[in-house]
This record gives sequence, C-alpha cells and structure tokens, in this order.
Amino acid sequence: MSIYWQLIWAYIKIGIFGFGGGYAMLSLVEKSVVGPGWISETMFTDIVAISQMTPGPIGINSATYIGYVAPGSVNPALDGIGWGLLGSCLATLAVVIPSFILVLYSSHFIRKHSESGAIKAIFSGLRPVVVGLIASAAIMLMNAANFNPNGINWQLWTNVAICAISFCLVFFPIPFKGKTIKLHPILVIVMAGVAGYLIYGL
Amino acid sequence: MKTEKPVQDGSYWSLFSTFFKIGLFTFGGGWAMISIIQREIVDKHHWIEKDDFLDLLAISQSLPGILAVNIATAVGDKIKGGRGSIVSAAGTILPSFLIILFIAIFLTPDMIKNNKVISSIFMGIRPAVVALIIAPVITSAKAANLKWKTVWIPLVVALMISLDMGTVSSPILYIVLGAIGGFLLWWIPRKRIRN
Repeated sequence: MSIYWQLIWAYIKIGIFGFGGGYAMLSLVEKSVVGPGWISETMFTDIVAISQMTPGPIGINSATYIGYVAPGSVNPALDGIGWGLLGSCLATLAVVIPSFILVLYSSHFIRKHSESGAIKAIFSGLRPVVVGLIASAAIMLMNAANFNPNGINWQLWTNVAICAISFCLVFFPIPFKGKTIKLHPILVIVMAGVAGYLIYGL
Repeated sequence: MKTEKPVQDGSYWSLFSTFFKIGLFTFGGGWAMISIIQREIVDKHHWIEKDDFLDLLAISQSLPGILAVNIATAVGDKIKGGRGSIVSAAGTILPSFLIILFIAIFLTPDMIKNNKVISSIFMGIRPAVVALIIAPVITSAKAANLKWKTVWIPLVVALMISLDMGTVSSPILYIVLGAIGGFLLWWIPRKRIRN
C-alpha cells in the first residue's frame, strides 16, 4: 500500500512547488516519478507526448496517467484496473488540493478587504503586469514545436496562416444575418483541427 | 461597445457544464483557457466583469499549482463561493482525467503517439492556440485601462519573461514588483498628506 502514500506525497509536492505552469512543472514531475522507478524514462516521454495530444493541463494528465500505472509497476499484486483507478484518483486529487486551498483562502482574504485602499492599489499595480504575462505566454509559444515541428518551409507558412486566420476569427466581429457575431474560440479550435487534418493528414 | 448587462447569477450545474466545456477544449495549458473563459463567463453568461477577471488571473498566477485549476477555482469562488469553486475546478479537471484514464486502460502510448490522424489535427490546433492567447493580450490591455504612463509595464514584463533568463525572467518577480509598485503609488502620497 505504501506506493499510494508515496504517490500522494509526490503529487502534493508537485502541487505546492510547481510554479509557472505546465512545462516548468515537468522537470519536477520527472524527478519525482522516474527517480523512484515508478515509470521508465521512455514512458515519461510518452506521457508528455500524450499530454500534448489530449486536452487539459499537463499536470493533471501526468498525475492521472502515472497514478494509474505506478501501483502495478512497483508491485505486480497491484496490477489491475481497480488499483490503477485508485492511484489515478489519489494522485490527481493530491496535485490539485494544495493550490485549491491556497487560491480559496487568498481570494476570500482579498474579497474581505476588497474595499481597503491598499488592496485596490495592489491590484491596480498588478493589472498591467498580468497583460505582460499573457503576452509573454503568447510570445513563448511562437516556437518551432508549435509552428514548424518538421522543419519544412511550406508547413511553417501554413501554420502562420492558420494562426493569423484564427486570430481574425476570434477577434474581429463578422457580419451575419444583419448583426455582427464573433466566432466562439472553441469553434475556431475545431476548425483549426479540421484544417490540420485536411492539410497534413490526408 | 455593446451595452453592459448586469452581473448574472448562475446555477451550480451551468457552472459545472461551462467549465467542463472549457476543460475539454483547453489545449496547451492555462493561458489558452483565457479566450474561452472570457467568451463564456464574461461575454455570454455575465457572471463576472472584465476587470475583475483580470484580478482573478493575477491571484491565480501568483500562487503555485496548475494554472488552469487555479483560474477555475478563483472564478468559481467569485461566482458561487466555496462550493462554486469545487464545482468549477472539478469541471475543468474531469475531461482530461477521463480521457487519460481511457487511454491508460484501453490503449497503449504508441497508439496515440504514432497516430497520423491525431497528430495532423494537432498540427492545426497548436498555431490556433497561439492565436487564442494573442487575442486576450489586446482585450486585457483594454480592461487594464493602460495609459501612456503605464503602457511600458506590460512591454517590459513580456520582454523580460520571454527572454527566459532564469530568475530575472520569473513571472513571480514581476507580480511581486507590480504589487509593491501599486501599493507605493498609493501609500507615498497618503503619507505626504498626513505629514
């Protein structure tokens, strides 16, 4: 049973010390799960690849997957759907709960003092920074992995076009039946996926 | 600009289903959620105001943990209190939890990794996700009410973080500096008046 405690403890640590989101968290996850031999290095790379090909935060994806396979790989007696399911639930809850509590406490504290001049002043200083944070996330994703994974020129320009068209579709209102609508971001993602299949998959 | 509707009250179920939808279509981490959350929570349901959403983003980013879950928790709490935050966090987590569980139980990693259909779909989705993060840069700049005196702040922050130079590129550093700067701009003039 001790593997479950180890899983919980490892993912609580990842949940508490994982600043800066997804990929910044990965090296911490790697150290905590490949180190003790729960999964192999190749398996870890596979999980990262799968996380990139499924929706959802990579922290959740890795907790669910590793929680499922770790019990069986450490102790053959725990190889089975039930034991794996238990591991996935525990690891996923463990990675979520610490920050869940922190966010809840901080937002309650801030709401309680929302009329205080100091809190208002702090947030007025934070707002321009948040704009910069979102911009930096966009800039850092403009990389080869997202635009030119195979190093082929026409694919790069096709992907730049997909990005530009997607931007226009979510950002600018389109005249439709006498009024203007903005396309839903989810619809744009679906359209980009279809375009990807038509261009690269056929 | 369309007329601003008043902030609406939502049910737990609509909160859950909205965040389930958001979780299902969030590719590439928490930042990619912002466009979808803005459309669903701010524009469509009117559960929160634009500038309040920006403040919740600041809280979510300054705390450790998974950004997407932090945003869902903060937004759910703002709309429906503690129970609302459980509902919205669960809604965000469940789609990826169920999909990964399905893969772990029924498939092998190679079936996903080497699947040409899935990888071609994602070749198209990845550049679109970048566009979904560029759009909120502009809408949040409007909501933050940037003036000539403050517009340099996001520019410097974006530049320093994307240079990726270790500690001086840490987002936390700029959150702390922003908080201190905002506080001092309020506190120093106050102190002068008192003296």
